[in-house]
Amino acid sequence: MNNNIDIAITFPAHTRHLRVVGRIGHMAVQELDCPEEVRNTLSDQLAVVLTEGVVNAIKHAGCSDPNGKIQVRITLTNDNLVVRIYDTGVGFDLDGIPDPCFTSCGMEDKGRGIFILRSLMDRVEYIRTEEGNVLEMRKKLA
Amino acid sequence: MDVKTEQNEGITVLFVRDDRLDANNSEELKAEFHRLFGSGTKDLVVDLSEVLFIDSSGLGVLVSGYKNASAQHGTLKLSNLQLQVKSMFELTRLHRVFDIFSTVEDALQSYT
Repeated sequence: MNNNIDIAITFPAHTRHLRVVGRIGHMAVQELDCPEEVRNTLSDQLAVVLTEGVVNAIKHAGCSDPNGKIQVRITLTNDNLVVRIYDTGVGFDLDGIPDPCFTSCGMEDKGRGIFILRSLMDRVEYIRTEEGNVLEMRKKLA
Repeated sequence: MDVKTEQNEGITVLFVRDDRLDANNSEELKAEFHRLFGSGTKDLVVDLSEVLFIDSSGLGVLVSGYKNASAQHGTLKLSNLQLQVKSMFELTRLHRVFDIFSTVEDALQSYT
């Protein structure tokens, strides 16, 4: 049976929409055919990934214009999760963001969001095109 | 942001009463920290029992509060971390930085 889920959401570039984006991710994961414990863990992780990715697009990719739009696409199968977050801002250099400095007792704030994304997903890429930018994140589930 | 503060023998306890602490409301908590530390609070317990979701912005504000407290030789301790919140502290290794307690009572007890 084909259990593929492909969801595209477009919403204003404002953090007040984070809750609804997280809920949509949660509902998508609940459709997966896997043990409840695995679903709940993945649901928590997806909520974090969506939040960090969207906030990144709003704050760091130049989409702070309240009239701007963010597009999120979630593709979910029993084997793979792909999250793409599209923005039309100036973009940023993903590789230029260092991991937070754990040697200073984890107190350094810079880079914590991207560190979380890299920790929870297998691959994180930021792709710039003439039409816009996309933060693409992949995770193998099986 | 919905918060409640209580005084307990010189220790301020701040209850965060939202189910999310994220980029949308973390600045409000930061302002609350500034208000408390600016008005003489030295030792603060932040109870997160109602917070079911935290992101890097929420973590960042708690770190900021911790730094504020330390700068004036005070403390900021945490209590009642829910599952997702606890896992985020562990992922970012901040559980090594903060004093984290199961209950507010345990956190208060640590001052005696």
